[in-house]
Amino acid sequence: MTTIYEELQEQANAELQKRHTHCVRVCMAAGCLSHHGDTIKKALEAEIEAQGCQDDVTIKGVGCMGLCAAGPLVSVEPEGILYEKVTVEDAADIVKSVGNKPLKRLQCATNVPFFKRQVKIVLENSGVVDPESLEDYILAGGYAALDKALTDMSPAEVIDEVVISGLRGRGGGGYPTGLKWSTVAKAISDTKYVICNADEGDPGAFMDRSVLESDPHRVIEGMAIAAYAVGAEQAYVYLRAEYPLAIQRLKMAIRQAKRSGLLGDNILGSGVNFNVDIRLGAGAFVCGEETALMASIEGKRGMPRPRPPYPADHGLWGEPTLINNVETFANVAPIIRNGGAWYAGIGTKESKGTKVFALAGQIKNTGLIEVPMGISLNEIVNEIGGGTPDGSQIKAIQTGGPSGGCIPNQYIETPVDYESLSELGSIMGSGGMIVMDSSSSMVEVARYFMEFCKTESCGKCIPCRVGTAQMYNLLDKIATGKATSADLELLEQLCDLVKNTSLCGLGQSAPNPVLSTLRYFREEYLTKIVDATDKQSGS
Amino acid sequence: MARRSRIKTLKIDGRDVGAHEDQTILQLARENNITIPTLCHIEGLSVPGACRLCLVEVKGWRKLVPACATYADEGMEVFTDSERLRSYRRMILELLFSEGNHVCAVCVSNGHCELQSLAQHLGMDHVRYPNLQPVRLVDMTHSRFTLDRNRCILCLRCVRVCDEIEGAHTWDVKGRGVDARVISDLDTPWGESPTCTTCGKCVNVCPVGALVEKGRAVGEMVKRQEFLPYLSSMREVKR
Amino acid sequence: MRRNGYRPDALIETLHTAQEAFGYLDDETLLFVSHALRVAPSQVYGVATFYHFFNLKPQGEHVCSVCLGTACYIKKAQKLLDFIEETYGVVPGNTTEDRKLSVLTVRCVGACGLAPAAVVDGEVVGNATVDSLRERLEGVLGK
Ligand SMILES: Cc1cc2nc3c(=O)[nH]c(=O)nc-3n(C[C@H](O)[C@H](O)[C@H](O)COP(=O)(O)O)c2cc1C
Ligand code: SF4
Ligand code: SF4
Ligand code: FES
Ligand code: FES
Repeated sequence: MTTIYEELQEQANAELQKRHTHCVRVCMAAGCLSHHGDTIKKALEAEIEAQGCQDDVTIKGVGCMGLCAAGPLVSVEPEGILYEKVTVEDAADIVKSVGNKPLKRLQCATNVPFFKRQVKIVLENSGVVDPESLEDYILAGGYAALDKALTDMSPAEVIDEVVISGLRGRGGGGYPTGLKWSTVAKAISDTKYVICNADEGDPGAFMDRSVLESDPHRVIEGMAIAAYAVGAEQAYVYLRAEYPLAIQRLKMAIRQAKRSGLLGDNILGSGVNFNVDIRLGAGAFVCGEETALMASIEGKRGMPRPRPPYPADHGLWGEPTLINNVETFANVAPIIRNGGAWYAGIGTKESKGTKVFALAGQIKNTGLIEVPMGISLNEIVNEIGGGTPDGSQIKAIQTGGPSGGCIPNQYIETPVDYESLSELGSIMGSGGMIVMDSSSSMVEVARYFMEFCKTESCGKCIPCRVGTAQMYNLLDKIATGKATSADLELLEQLCDLVKNTSLCGLGQSAPNPVLSTLRYFREEYLTKIVDATDKQSGS
Repeated sequence: MARRSRIKTLKIDGRDVGAHEDQTILQLARENNITIPTLCHIEGLSVPGACRLCLVEVKGWRKLVPACATYADEGMEVFTDSERLRSYRRMILELLFSEGNHVCAVCVSNGHCELQSLAQHLGMDHVRYPNLQPVRLVDMTHSRFTLDRNRCILCLRCVRVCDEIEGAHTWDVKGRGVDARVISDLDTPWGESPTCTTCGKCVNVCPVGALVEKGRAVGEMVKRQEFLPYLSSMREVKR
Repeated sequence: MRRNGYRPDALIETLHTAQEAFGYLDDETLLFVSHALRVAPSQVYGVATFYHFFNLKPQGEHVCSVCLGTACYIKKAQKLLDFIEETYGVVPGNTTEDRKLSVLTVRCVGACGLAPAAVVDGEVVGNATVDSLRERLEGVLGK
């Protein structure tokens, strides 16, 4: 007897039979869409019709190919030729070139470090599969891990694999995922929930958006495996309303999965029930904090509450709840498919696997990359990222967004792992990496982040609510050259207060950008202070 | 069946104390006449852990914890009054004073204000931060009470008592961060509120002179909070 | 709203739906939601004002959001705002007097690779310059 999963595979294979010798992939992720990737796709389709090669060439819209800076991107498979900065006018030439000589004038070299240095696990399907096609995902090995977990493994075995893999939360905290799962699995309750945190609040990061837009089924599969492991039947994806395309693709993926028996009652004939619903965020950074996120799903103001009790014990509607980041869930299927030991073989001793970073700022190759943990910052920004656009020196690298810090160029050889980055006063964060050159004033950067925290503070606790406002005013005073050294002292005291007394992670980490710029670029602060030369008369 | 509560033994400020397992550090401290400053907490309402004045140190723990929301546990060593904590508490009060307009000399709650007496106890005598000078409106439309948002410290006791005890949920908060304000209904005048029952509970739990009765002279407004433990024991208050 | 099953925890979903239908949330809508879901008016108002995504005021015919996320900030998105203020006389959060154009700032639209980014009527303008933004705005506003 064939299993339901085998049937799905057969259907997908039947789909494959209809495929042609060549496939032209057009990036349809937000970056390339904003450069009219969709009209290029239409032009290519029309051109194929016009040149009468419908039987040899298919066109496929795919998710992010990574090198957003050179968009719109088009690739020709199976040769793997990549074209950059494609326009509608190029469509005829591209179609003509299929199966012949590649078009030199548009070709983008793929043997460069940007592509060669990357190791793709989370993004293995991004830019390869059609995010709107379940068959495509299954052809790429999708849902095999779920089938394996449901048929061959007990929940405890699933958790064991995740523990062995050494996977740590990709939402910023780096909490060991296996440990979190086993805690929720141990909680005794009839109802448990799984939540996928897709709030992506770091203003300057777009990894989660890209994963959801490029490969939504992978996240669903990860959540389904997690739900099976911890004993939950209902999951929610808390997704930013600012990401309409991600919402649309995830909704479509959920519908497809339901229709094929991958979601709903008795998934894949295993007797296990599992459902996913989307809950939309509404523009509040603090809702990335897990207790605020749950309040928001419950339809309330997104205000954090003291922990403990932790969500694993007392979460959504008071029930035990597993909450993980999009990228964390995206790592699950490969771990189950290839085994935890395989995953643990990548990365460093304490930080396993790969991490997706969104490269932005003063850097040539802006876009999305995935690298093994332990790679140095230098390799990321200079080799993969190609350095600054005008070749000038990098001044600092900002990681972790408003909760992180600025790492000066002198530490550029630092390996990227959770511990090394926090030793430098920054954090791994969710994966935003912003490169700054000498055109950025560090005081202004600190002020920028403090303004962010001030407007995003929920206002519940006093240190964060008033402290961020006062720190912002002090930073503004310094940046505009009106501050005295007494102001700097007040600022440093406030940093200490807010860091140690705020209720939630937002307040506790709000001073980090100030502290790290003070640590490495103190002279920039001092040059702006009016009485810096004789500090004693500061009163 | 009689349920036996297990007893935990721990130390607070070097003193050996015994606690029931469902007792918070704050409750235990008060039982033993150890004062921990609080503002948002009030016995009988849910615990937001928002004002951060009750933060205490626990030996071996990296983070400070709110005494009002942390349960006593076996072998804990709690410190409630270190120099570091006192300095944090003073700074938190300074921030509060810098956020609103607290001119005690003209306030009807002068002498009966929890904020004022905390400042005296903790020796917070001047504010080093410039006043944020927010625009905060006064609502005098109610026949018996007034709300002066300039004196509000956003402890949310009024919101909680109105929702959890009176069941009216007239009050809530609009906006966020420093722009957060206590509002009635759709930010409409309190006097026109279809939900307010004029029970006056919010006025009595307000720790400062933000919610007061009309017609009181300076220093005359004394709050009555005896009703709370009694009423809350009649209802299942969610923690 | 029926789809959301009148559950109080559907408040945010319902507000999203209402805003989609009416463009913004006026007091009447908020009261209606309050009655239908049996959530206190003050709570509905509190939620609607907590989240930046909800508008309590009507928006202009066209909306231009300029991203002030980190990547766009570093790439000097402020210049775009200055240009808009100079040309159309509106600061972020406001609408021109003829109600043609609302200007907003947003925190990261997820196009950091193309910083600075702006969104005009739902379409992203990547690598925006004063000129390309002017072109797009004149396109929708009709110069
Ligand atoms: C202020 C604040 C914002 C956060 N924002 C996010 C976010 O946008 N996305 C996310 O996945 N985690 C965010 N987190 C971390 C989450 O609270 C939580 O730790 C994480 O989702 C857990 O998943 P993980 O273990 O897979 O990382 C945030 C935390 C804080 C304190
Ligand atoms: S730290 Fe800031 S965001 Fe967190 S609870 Fe306190 S006020 Fe709210
Ligand atoms: S009005 Fe009084 S009780 Fe209500 S939040 Fe303000 S200070 Fe607290
Ligand atoms: S009394 Fe504990 S935080 Fe306010
Ligand atoms: S920072 Fe502007 S799009 Fe991300």
